[in-house]
Amino acid sequence: MAGGLGQGTGKSARTYAGLGVPLILPAWLIIGIFLVVPILIMLVYSFLTKEFRGGVIWEPTLAAYDQFFFDRGLFGDEPPKIEWTYILIFWRSIWQAGLATVLCLLIGFPTAWFIATRPPNSRTIWLFLITVPYWVNLLIRTISMKFLIRDNGPLNQWLLDAGLISEPIHVINTATAVQLGLFYSYLPFMVLPIYAAVERYNFALSEAAADLYASRWVTLTQVIIPSVKPGIIAGCILVFVPSLGAFLAPDLLGGAKNFMIGSLIEEQFKGAAGNWPFGAAAAMILLTMVLIVLIFYARSQARGAR
Amino acid sequence: MKNLLKTGASALALSLMATVATAEGKLSIYHWFEYIPQELLDKFAAEYDVEVTLDTYDSNEALLAALKAGKLGQYDVAVPGDYMVEIMGKEGMLDTFTDDEMPLKGNILPQWMDVGFDPGRKSSIPYQWGSTSFSVNRDVYSGDIQTTDIIFNPPEELKGKINVLDTAGETLTLASIHLGIPQCTTDREQLKALNDLVQNAKQYWASFGSDVAKDVLVSGDAAAGMIWNGFGMKAREEGANIEYAYPAQGYIVWMDNVVLLKDAPNRENALKFMNFLLEPENAAAVTNYARYTAGVKGVEPFLEEAVKSAPELNPPAGGNPQFVQACDEEVQKVYDTIWTNLKK
Amino acid sequence: MAKKPDLRRFPGFYGITLLCLFLLYAPLIIVAIYSFNDSQSITIWGGASLRWYEDVFWGLEADKFKQAAVNSLTIAVTAAIAATIIATMAATAMLRAGSFRGKGASFALINLPLMVPEIVTAVATLIFFSAIGFTTGIMTILVAHIVFCIPFAYLPIAARMEGIEDVYEQAAQDLYATRWEAFRLVLLPLMMPGIISGFLLAFIISLDDFIITNFVKGAGVETLPTAIFGAVKQGIKPNIMAISTLLLLVSILFVTLSYFAGRMGQNRQ
Repeated sequence: MAGGLGQGTGKSARTYAGLGVPLILPAWLIIGIFLVVPILIMLVYSFLTKEFRGGVIWEPTLAAYDQFFFDRGLFGDEPPKIEWTYILIFWRSIWQAGLATVLCLLIGFPTAWFIATRPPNSRTIWLFLITVPYWVNLLIRTISMKFLIRDNGPLNQWLLDAGLISEPIHVINTATAVQLGLFYSYLPFMVLPIYAAVERYNFALSEAAADLYASRWVTLTQVIIPSVKPGIIAGCILVFVPSLGAFLAPDLLGGAKNFMIGSLIEEQFKGAAGNWPFGAAAAMILLTMVLIVLIFYARSQARGAR
Repeated sequence: MKNLLKTGASALALSLMATVATAEGKLSIYHWFEYIPQELLDKFAAEYDVEVTLDTYDSNEALLAALKAGKLGQYDVAVPGDYMVEIMGKEGMLDTFTDDEMPLKGNILPQWMDVGFDPGRKSSIPYQWGSTSFSVNRDVYSGDIQTTDIIFNPPEELKGKINVLDTAGETLTLASIHLGIPQCTTDREQLKALNDLVQNAKQYWASFGSDVAKDVLVSGDAAAGMIWNGFGMKAREEGANIEYAYPAQGYIVWMDNVVLLKDAPNRENALKFMNFLLEPENAAAVTNYARYTAGVKGVEPFLEEAVKSAPELNPPAGGNPQFVQACDEEVQKVYDTIWTNLKK
Repeated sequence: MAKKPDLRRFPGFYGITLLCLFLLYAPLIIVAIYSFNDSQSITIWGGASLRWYEDVFWGLEADKFKQAAVNSLTIAVTAAIAATIIATMAATAMLRAGSFRGKGASFALINLPLMVPEIVTAVATLIFFSAIGFTTGIMTILVAHIVFCIPFAYLPIAARMEGIEDVYEQAAQDLYATRWEAFRLVLLPLMMPGIISGFLLAFIISLDDFIITNFVKGAGVETLPTAIFGAVKQGIKPNIMAISTLLLLVSILFVTLSYFAGRMGQNRQ
């Protein structure tokens, strides 16, 4: 998958000049009607009134955003204070997603580098090994992790049998378990884009640096990392964005207690809370945050291209 | 590509045909999870030549939320608890049937016939009844468990090892019982005390989960957990050394009911199914599977011995059983706030 | 002269790679091993057997999982075909049709499903179908899947098309081929590896999806992930491990297929 991303910005071939609009139309229609319009409707819903026991009433209100940012007490009649809890959930999600990204990078970069520098034949095998987990169902992987780390799971059993611990290590239903799940879920997402970047890396640069008596470390930080930065950033985004809105890891590994944004939103539609406008508002806030991250990414890419 | 398209098209055609071929008679059930044996559904399907589909939910509130979210009109029957029947009735989600349409209506036990949430049983039939409290792992804690302190003010051994049902209705009701305050109270001090209680108890709880309530006890992820009596019995039978408590302060009782939903796509089959569940043998089959107690006459000959003698199903005399009440909007809003504050 | 150090090697990277693979595979392999456990209890080993595989295919819940698997496959095949066709057309527009109105925005739009977090797409789609009063069912799942499969199909297809010079089509047109013939007889065969990769990626992404499906599925409709999720709540049973292992094998098969599709591409060029 070398080359660009199909942005169509390079030398433009014109074999089918004039057919651009009809050819792109199906994509516009499908994504427009079934994603853009729904997001706009969701935006509208976030300003509607919550109906008692689920559903919405078509009366405009800022109640959902008010609930998100202000605490008006148990009975809703106290003077508003800043509501920290939802901000905290968002902060926890950002922190967890950020930590998962860093951990994935620490393991993923050396792995990607190692694989990309193998001779072509064995490289295929390494690449195959890293791609398989990427294609395994995310739910299955989360379940496997849950099975492995629970108090009576194989890991604790073996450690107990081997006499290394006297009591099971309690990880399940903690923030650590969620972190482990996120890291495990999205690790392959980090390796593949960095691999693609390292594969295109020009090793003459390393040689030049060595000739100038740069140490290995200096070469790595001053020469290599800047050149493969696009791959690193792409990998970070592919880990960070899905981690931010993750639902399976907090639900299955966190015991629905270590709430992250994904579980908070899900609860508004599937669970007892039944507050659609609030769920829509939380989803809009999450979407806004992700778009801000992506805009920064796009700008850094544009700067890199110049 | 051509072959790929062909394969895809034929796969699609096959699956469409499969749906068309069996579309003769259908029944769409919305049911609590792990509550009805597959064999019983198969039996009904065979007896009446009906294709049965079953979706599950894990709380009365989730059932209501799904129906509100557009699922009403897709299901024929659902199995809400007592107070939820009342709420659904008020929301206009239930259809009614006549006595002629339910020939076995006479099988209903008299005490479950004229119930407050559906006087005269016009939209519902009794399914199973049971109680909600909690089970405790006796390997972990051997002290007195007949108190709601186990959940809300637990002994050292159980701290951080408790699973709580992920439903506001039952968890907050048990908390009210613990405090000795009436349900749906409008007294501000009492509501504040309720909020403080659960906020403080949260630190002792490892997880919120209803569908996982049995598994956390069997697998050892939790050492104590709120649970329904039959589910607790199943957990015990699956190997957990646990004991189900009937706390002195009180416990929750409930009656689940099969209701005929409004705009049911297969009303005829729904009625057949409800009638089918009123047959003692079939009601007993549910009891034998789910370990609760049927609301139908004449089930005894079909019951397993284990069910008759189970400690979970035989509450001590003179306890304080309470039904969950449907609060009005004003109070429910406060309950919702307490619950949201708790979960976040 | 001193031996020149190998600039490609960094100490410890080999070890980290092994660690990485170990972390990725250990849970999957352990689940695969335990799926052959004869014991009813999932953590105590009771000898090897295939009983849970029998249970998956012929047990009490077999029909449920079979129906879910059929639904999953039907949706994945249909969504992947639709997304592949739409993505191929879109790639042709973006890379072969010169400039046209809205081209700049098109790239962002095609990739929008990648950028919007899954939970947001799920909620928005649910609200949309509820607002227009459309009954949820297998169709709503299919539509939602086509949407998020498009960018996954587009990326390999467009990458492949960028790698093909347009001289071949030009030559065909010089020889009086119509544009349709140039597309069908020249560009499309050259594009095949990219199209197959795109199709496979879209297929596996559709098969993988849980969150969006869980929100937009209708009464009585389950896909494999939603059925597994429902079952696993009542405990990670050995039959779930057997299903997981089977799905692992499917994934390995698909990676192999896509690898050969890639090889096919290298040979042609």
